[in-house]
Amino acid sequence: MSYDVIVIGGGPAGLAAAVAAWDDGCRSICIVERDRELGGILNQCIHNGFGLHHFKEELTGPEYAERFVDLLKQTGVDVKIDAMVLTITPEKEVHIVSKAGGYEILQAKSVVLAMGCRERTRGAIAIPGARCAGIYTAGAAQRYLNIEGYMVGKRVVILGSGDIGLIMARRMTLEGAKVLACVEVLPYSGGLTRNIVQCLNDFDIPLYLSHTITDIQGKGRVERVVVSAVDEKRNPIPGTEMEFDCDTVLLSVGLIPENELSRSAGIEIDPRTQGPVVDEDFMTSIPGVFACGNVVHVHDLVDFVTAESQRAGKAAAAYCRSGSPTSETVLSMKNGDGVGYTVPQHIRLDDVEGSVPVFFRVRAISHDKKIVVRDDEGQIIASFPREHLAPGEMENIKLPRVLLERAHGGLTVSVE
Amino acid sequence: MKELICITCPKGCHLKVDEANDYAVSGNACPRGAVYGRNELLHPVRVVTSTVRLEGGPTPRLNVKTDKPLPKDKMFECMALLDDVTATVPVHVGDVLLANICGTDVNIVAAKSVL
Repeated sequence: MSYDVIVIGGGPAGLAAAVAAWDDGCRSICIVERDRELGGILNQCIHNGFGLHHFKEELTGPEYAERFVDLLKQTGVDVKIDAMVLTITPEKEVHIVSKAGGYEILQAKSVVLAMGCRERTRGAIAIPGARCAGIYTAGAAQRYLNIEGYMVGKRVVILGSGDIGLIMARRMTLEGAKVLACVEVLPYSGGLTRNIVQCLNDFDIPLYLSHTITDIQGKGRVERVVVSAVDEKRNPIPGTEMEFDCDTVLLSVGLIPENELSRSAGIEIDPRTQGPVVDEDFMTSIPGVFACGNVVHVHDLVDFVTAESQRAGKAAAAYCRSGSPTSETVLSMKNGDGVGYTVPQHIRLDDVEGSVPVFFRVRAISHDKKIVVRDDEGQIIASFPREHLAPGEMENIKLPRVLLERAHGGLTVSVE
Repeated sequence: MKELICITCPKGCHLKVDEANDYAVSGNACPRGAVYGRNELLHPVRVVTSTVRLEGGPTPRLNVKTDKPLPKDKMFECMALLDDVTATVPVHVGDVLLANICGTDVNIVAAKSVL
């Protein structure tokens, strides 16, 4: 069995990429999804606030997903659900296992990687203390509560102030739990400001910045956590311990792009994003293999995932028609002062139509700064004023082709 | 002068609302911010999202939302009402499951189709 485009993952990235490839004229497309329905993580994100950019209205996660599933139903895209991709070869063979189809090998002309990301766990951040029950990642608790219908606890402490943790603080409170505290090791929250307001402040849940959990106690189930203040180097300060009697700890301590399949195919991974290195059309180091959404870099807003994935899906369809792009000029993108990474990591100038959106995160909160793009000779290519910059909010700038043509060598994006 | 952070969209504008000057809002990047700033001081409202029991579906819960923002102080009253709601397949997104809750014109609607 073969397809022109095989999309790995049926979440927002995969759905948008498949629909965009279809709209671009590709008529042989398959989405492979391991869950029992399409929509990915949106299905458990039942809060509202999705789609303000893309649909110009405020939707819940499942509503946003449903809009794209409805679009997909009007196409002839094949969908395999409950199907797990085991490996992808550099020759674009996709190995799948499922109850319905057993072990299948599909051949693709082009592959779109849209596997999303995974939560960091207790093991990843090495919290000391008892190994008792009652410790969940925030997303796991969200799935239990919103899809399976189980409350995971009654007295909750949340470690980390990422958006999922904040959303779960409100959700658990509305369902009758007492959320005692949200504890963040950094001096600022990693979540969106609006979520601090509507998820913590609305319910008088205290946010302890520059604090962390230094002990988890309990036999069988969590009974207590110890929270300590930390210094600038994130080391706990003795004498600052506070105890919270609780039965549940939720972890919202970051997300990691899920790239086992990308690695198995030999795709180059950027250590800064932990996602594939991509060009302006989201093509990876293997020609014809594209990547989009949280598998490339972790987004705050699904609307941006959609926009990025549409670009990748369209490019995958174009690749099936006319093969690899043949740009002679490739501009490498580097992150300068105050910038953590850039996506894309390089731009094939000759293939650029109009302008290239560039996404990145800054390293620290700052005010009244400029995002400056310079070439290798130090010449300013573009400059964008910003009133407010924060690591919790992904930034994006648009670089028009006319400006890119003036660059000598590569480009560096920095905060000045 | 009261300082607020707008929650209408993820941008999170820092608003200033002037109570002495008919609740005039500044610092907003769009008209929604002006509405939010004024409402937040006069009668704050929130969209409530939650789940209700679902019969005949692949999962035991159906996610729902208020079709309009509800007065903030009625959120827990709204949550209590949901305990007694059971939806049955087929459900379409937007189906009204509970009308005019808490003495308002706000309805609880399905936020997912399960067919």
